[in-house]
Amino acid sequence: MNALANIKTITKRELAAYFASPLAYVFIVIFLLLCGFFTFMVGTNLGAFFEHGQASLDTFFIWHPWFYLFLVPAVGMRLWAEERRVGTMELLLTMPITSWQAIVGKFLASWLFLALALALTFPLVITVNVLGHPDNGVIFCGYLGSWLMAGAYLAVSCITSAMTRAQVVSFIISVVLCLFLILAGFAPVIQFLSGWASPSVVQAVAACSVITHFDNFQKGVLDSRDVVFFLSLIVFSLFTTAVILRGHRAG
Amino acid sequence: MIQVVGLTKWFGAKRAVDGISFSVARGEVLGFLGPNGAGKSTTMRMITGFIPPSSGRVKVGGFDVVEQPIQAKRLMGYLPENAPAYTDMTVHGFLNFAAEIRGLRGAARPRAVQRAVEMCFLESVLHQSIETLSKGYRHRTCFAQSIIHDPEVLVMDEPTDGLDPNQKHEVRGLIRRMGEKKAIIFSTHILEEVDAACTRAIIIDRGRIVANGTPTELRQKSEGAGAVTLRVKGVGSAEVSARLRQVSQVKRVAVLEEKNGSVSLRAFPASNANGELARAIGEAARGWQIEQLQTEEGRLDEVFRSLTMPDTGKKSET
Ligand SMILES: Nc1ncnc2c1ncn2[C@@H]1O[C@H](COP(=O)(O)OP(=O)(O)O)[C@@H](O)[C@H]1O
Ligand SMILES: [Mg+2]
Repeated sequence: MNALANIKTITKRELAAYFASPLAYVFIVIFLLLCGFFTFMVGTNLGAFFEHGQASLDTFFIWHPWFYLFLVPAVGMRLWAEERRVGTMELLLTMPITSWQAIVGKFLASWLFLALALALTFPLVITVNVLGHPDNGVIFCGYLGSWLMAGAYLAVSCITSAMTRAQVVSFIISVVLCLFLILAGFAPVIQFLSGWASPSVVQAVAACSVITHFDNFQKGVLDSRDVVFFLSLIVFSLFTTAVILRGHRAG
Repeated sequence: MIQVVGLTKWFGAKRAVDGISFSVARGEVLGFLGPNGAGKSTTMRMITGFIPPSSGRVKVGGFDVVEQPIQAKRLMGYLPENAPAYTDMTVHGFLNFAAEIRGLRGAARPRAVQRAVEMCFLESVLHQSIETLSKGYRHRTCFAQSIIHDPEVLVMDEPTDGLDPNQKHEVRGLIRRMGEKKAIIFSTHILEEVDAACTRAIIIDRGRIVANGTPTELRQKSEGAGAVTLRVKGVGSAEVSARLRQVSQVKRVAVLEEKNGSVSLRAFPASNANGELARAIGEAARGWQIEQLQTEEGRLDEVFRSLTMPDTGKKSET
């Protein structure tokens, strides 16, 4: 019970910190603009959203792995880097809380922030419902997958944010790491790999990719293996964050 | 309340803290003195559980800081070096967060915040963002955070650093008053603070304790402690020093100053003086016109220098 109260306190403070800076609003506006632009204007061919002939949000979700590549590291970069630079980490970790409560609390705050940004795309859902009869189950599934994927990117950003005091460095490293998570399952890369690697290797590499797992969500398939993939990526990354922070403190 | 036994910290191949042991009881204010880089902050970070010791133990209120960190941390308030605070928050928001995470619920929370605000004179900036505060106010905000739960143990790393003389005076008074009911450790490199606030002081140098005692005891370690200063009028310095040298309790005589017909001398005690030096010198000076006769208490800065800088040339840190 105590643990939950501590996590809640930290999450609340961290969320408030996002909205205390204009960065949060800038982020949300950029995210919404990107979503709008790519969904309606860019597609396999121009205006794919309207030409698809069917009411769905396929052209919306397909871009998410790429939006998040830059946006999520920008949200996550300050989490620990700032805390270490200003010295508030010393304050936070000498409070009567465990370090994992602090890590989870801060992570949850950013994840909720991303959830809010995602929720603000609701006019798209209304639009497709007005234009036609989409399968709202598929759309919900897409949102869920997108949020889980954002959480996975975010957890990776937690690691890089714990590694350095410089937010910019954290940002760059996590973009690179997240790019790997995408490319491992990106169709051109898979084609290239299957040219010389055995199919089982290609499959193993693709299984590490967020794209492979996000694909099912987009199709409206809620497979527990995909959920487990994202959740375990999050848990593993937060665990690594804890190890890195402990390493800094031990000197 | 605080027991530190054999505390040691290695940073790579460098030993920052080297087998420190001491304890602090309720009602004591322990001053932690030492030159920069002596290991004061590192010791305090181990006491407050921020960094794990390489070896040795810390117990706070009976709880081992490594094995029962939550219980130990609950009893402690901590003001880290440079008084960090969440700059995006207001003073009130920050103190409210500190109270909440310290487990203060319901009506107890606003009461605790109010108390800390009053003690640290923060009313005028209560709803200002910490980012916009002057250094003194920012410092006091972090100070307020450390006492918000009225802790039994208070650990403060350079609590008067960066404050103006009035603020320094206020903070010292606050520490002294709170020290009556708490166990307090604070570090400083300002020697006057030892007299102003401490009941006991520890001097550390390169990770080791080199002196531990009350301010008076420490003073007595100085070379000048127990020496007697004599100023007489109308006699030459040669005559005075010749007569003082014949006093059996005097080891050495130094002429300090000779002007306007007065001469000042300092007589250092021999090992058999036993505090009788002033009386003996008073007798020897009979017949002269005595303007001053005073036993020196010794000086802390002298003790500090003699204990912490025996090899100035070799020190890597300043
Ligand atoms: N995290 C760290 N990593 C490596 N060396 C450190 C670290 N923290 C402190 N030191 C070193 O330990 C020594 C003691 O530092 P510190 O405890 O900050 O001294 P003080 O507070 O007395 O000025 C210094 O030489 C410092 O360089
Ligand atoms: Mg220090």
